[in-house]
Amino acid sequence: MEHQPPPFFRTGPTPLVRLLLFTSICLALLVLDARLKYLDRLRQAASVIVYPIQRIAGAPASIFQRASDFFVTNSSLRSENARLEQESLSQSALLQQLGLLQTENDHLRKLLGTRERLKARTTLAEILYAARDPFSRKLVVDQGSFDDVQAGEPVIDGVGVVGQVTRVYPWQAEVTLITDKDHLVPVLNTRNGMRAVLAGTGNDGALELRFVPLNADFENGDQLVTSGIDGVYPPGLPVAQVSNVERNAAFLFARITCKPLAGVNSHRQVLIVHAQQPAAERPPEAEKPPPPPRATKKGRRGG
Amino acid sequence: MASLTHQEILLPVKPGFIVFTLIAAALLNMLPWTGWALWFRPDFVALVVLYWVIEQPHRMGFTAALLLGLLMDVADGTLLGQHALAYSILVYGGILFHRRVRLFTPTPQIVHVIPLLLLNDVIVLGIRLMAGADFPGYRYFFGSFVGGALWPFLSALLKLPQRPKPENHV
Repeated sequence: MEHQPPPFFRTGPTPLVRLLLFTSICLALLVLDARLKYLDRLRQAASVIVYPIQRIAGAPASIFQRASDFFVTNSSLRSENARLEQESLSQSALLQQLGLLQTENDHLRKLLGTRERLKARTTLAEILYAARDPFSRKLVVDQGSFDDVQAGEPVIDGVGVVGQVTRVYPWQAEVTLITDKDHLVPVLNTRNGMRAVLAGTGNDGALELRFVPLNADFENGDQLVTSGIDGVYPPGLPVAQVSNVERNAAFLFARITCKPLAGVNSHRQVLIVHAQQPAAERPPEAEKPPPPPRATKKGRRGG
Repeated sequence: MASLTHQEILLPVKPGFIVFTLIAAALLNMLPWTGWALWFRPDFVALVVLYWVIEQPHRMGFTAALLLGLLMDVADGTLLGQHALAYSILVYGGILFHRRVRLFTPTPQIVHVIPLLLLNDVIVLGIRLMAGADFPGYRYFFGSFVGGALWPFLSALLKLPQRPKPENHV
């Protein structure tokens, strides 16, 4: 089957040799990327090349969206306007209270001498596309390292936590959604203040609470907010609602399924929170007990 | 079996056209596919790479496959090298079978194309599983069958610029 070229045609190495060469290059790249994380620079450089192609690929969808925005009907605009006016009225009342409460809170905090909560700065980012990868739940947004976005920053929408920035390119950033497999968010049950860790399952619309004891007080409909003890997510952001609690004595932990509150898959804009929370100081390392002298060990072994 | 041995005489393909089709395929891959469409989306880059390897094994080779694979890895934000590895092995399969596949008309060629596309999927899947992902279900392989179904159309489309013009026929 293999074609044997006459020796005067220079064809280079045979396909098998080339396959082995290129396979080893790819495997080396995979190991470097997965285990050693050496290739972020290369990825950044390549992303600059890919960026225009991605913008062109995203153009039809955004043109369609803009066109459909343009052709909204008068009545739908009117109704939306009325709804927004109502909302703003009802919210302005709350806002006035909020101002009062904030000053009062600041005053009380100063009295207590506690650290003031940092006012979080946010950046509005538009979702360019959802990552076309059936294995993971990710979004790519149009703000990158040039807009001061940093990896690790939480991403929220009007309702709750959407995810976390995991990779930053010059003009884009990749957001891992809370529904991504093994994405963890430390949460707090607002009803009773119990802390737990919320993990993504890889399915849209399903999260699970891990390592919760069987007798822990979690009920359907409990609201979970970020606890803030991780130093990544600011405390108090709504994350999810408990949708199903299954207690089976055969297992060590209760099986608690939750529903994300934020429209994890249904938005065009999200907010990136630049919460510069100084991490809590590490406790001083405890003095290590001196290693047991060798002589005794030997002696024991001998005996 | 006359139809099986029927071969058209085509004009030589321009290298610029190959580059153009590969970029177009990358664009198609990068369209914002979501939901169920993502499961049915064939890997257009793999499809076009396979087409050119079978038709022009001297023009389309491992280097181009590796570069395209890295491009797709960066665009998808996946591990660098997973698509590159899959496309390299796909090119090898194409080179190995191109003489055999070219004996057939595009429709029976599908039978050869689908296993190669499935192999491509299995390699990506294997790397993802090793990196710690969950098995996404058998619908993951739908895309390869859709790709196979698109093969005759792709083949007709990519042959268009190489068809001799009617004036030259006379």
